[in-house]
Amino acid sequence: MTMTATAPVTAAGTEVILSIQNVESYYGPIMAIRGVSLEVREGQIVTVLGANGAGKTTLMKTISGVMDPEKGKIVYQGRNIAGANPDKVVRAGIVHVPEGREVFPLLTVEENLRMGAFTRSDTDGIRRDEEMVFSYFPILAERRAQAAGTLSGGQQQMLAIGRGLMGKPKVMLLDEPSLGLSPLLVKEIFQIVRRLNREQGVTMILVEQNAKVALEVADYGYVMELGRIVMADTADRLLQSKDVQEFYLGMQTEETQRSQKRWKQKKTWR
Amino acid sequence: MDVLQLIVSGLANGCVYGLVAMGFVLIYKATEAVNFAQGDFMMLGAFICLGLTNPQFMGLPFWVSVPIAIGIMGAFGYALDLVVLRRMFGQSQVAIIILTIALGFVLRFVAGLIWGHEPISLASPIAGRDVRFLGVVLGLDEMMVIAVTVVLTVVLYFYFNRTKLGVAMQASSQNQLAAYYMGIPVKRIHSLIWALAGMVAAVAGILFASKGSIDPSIGLLGIKAFAAAVIGGFGSLPGALLGGIIVGLIEPFSGRYMPSGYSQIMPYLLLFIILVFRPHGILAQVHQKKV
Repeated sequence: MTMTATAPVTAAGTEVILSIQNVESYYGPIMAIRGVSLEVREGQIVTVLGANGAGKTTLMKTISGVMDPEKGKIVYQGRNIAGANPDKVVRAGIVHVPEGREVFPLLTVEENLRMGAFTRSDTDGIRRDEEMVFSYFPILAERRAQAAGTLSGGQQQMLAIGRGLMGKPKVMLLDEPSLGLSPLLVKEIFQIVRRLNREQGVTMILVEQNAKVALEVADYGYVMELGRIVMADTADRLLQSKDVQEFYLGMQTEETQRSQKRWKQKKTWR
Repeated sequence: MDVLQLIVSGLANGCVYGLVAMGFVLIYKATEAVNFAQGDFMMLGAFICLGLTNPQFMGLPFWVSVPIAIGIMGAFGYALDLVVLRRMFGQSQVAIIILTIALGFVLRFVAGLIWGHEPISLASPIAGRDVRFLGVVLGLDEMMVIAVTVVLTVVLYFYFNRTKLGVAMQASSQNQLAAYYMGIPVKRIHSLIWALAGMVAAVAGILFASKGSIDPSIGLLGIKAFAAAVIGGFGSLPGALLGGIIVGLIEPFSGRYMPSGYSQIMPYLLLFIILVFRPHGILAQVHQKKV
């Protein structure tokens, strides 16, 4: 790997594949993300945590080109892709697996997967990747001729991830894969996400509200609040952090318990 | 055996309604707007073919002018989306509907300016010839209409289910955002669907013109085709064809066996009944859209 100005090398030797620099995006007049910067190294799983409305999904949409940033740069493999159309971004190797699964309900499982490979024309490679997806998600192979709308929520999430893989991504943006799934299924899906990362070398950006599972699989984590990044650290250190434990993991230490009680007492007059 | 004759002429009319109804459904499924100029697209396709074929205009051979007319209508549909409708992106659907109604008026008057408002007949080699079948005299033109519709339906079926672009068209009509995420060029797909609707309308128009004379107001049969699309299930292509055939068959039979005037009411009466008892149409393609 060569060193360039836009792709600094870390001590571990992995290159920064995607770097987001001071990005601002708006929904009409409302600023949804307010100058976000983050870095993703090749082969990592990076998680972005935060409450509803923190701007996580907006950040993902801005990366994948569905939304255009007003300011800032998105540097991917040394090129600025801010404001590029989604088909260009997909061709470059960034695939967005959207929140809420968003499968094509009346197409079959197989057709859904084929649509994930829309930007590709290497028939053999597509067939091989389809087998690869089926090896990770055997249930999809069983249901390959079934309409995607008739799958269960967990199967649809698997299909959404599989469909994303068909675009042959170097970086996959996974937006809330745990949404609406049972804890057991969440565990299963995250195991597969980790396997995909290790075995297929797909770099992952994982947006989650379920901070515990996300930090367990991730290498690095960012915490967003009101459109800004407020914390950034390795996943292990975030798991240990008092603030993350209290606000995102719902753990109660003696200290937090006491402060919470006081806060509750204060509120009783309302 | 005039029942057989009634069936054949009803089927032939129904096929034309069905093809126009398919144009409605194509555009509705893809863009969630209704193109009320679909009947006028049909009229325009018919007149372009007539203008190319008839000796008083360009006098080309019929089989040469048919593909040219279909091609012109395809290009017209594509350009219309590219130049006009893409600018309407994000506007309410009512705005698009009103635009297409206005477009229908414009097309009707432009056609009137070029080809006149008097009925003319297309110099089609299949017009006015008869075939004898089981001792019944049937119009060759009507048999042709049915045959061409069957072939076109099969072609469209394979296009939408077997080709990558066809499946992508289905995909982007089912979930536009997801299609966008997959790198499917949704805007270009919309333009292509308008082109396809224009081409199907041209085929319908040429078939209609082969059965009798045409004038610029024939586009108004689009309203009957719209009823057919709703009866069949708005959003389903086979449903559109089925609805068209039902409307086509109802007309001659109610004309034959009921007091005069009823044949014009019957399609709308059926529409009314369907809307009350099966509001999604006969072949409804229902899937709940998540908010």
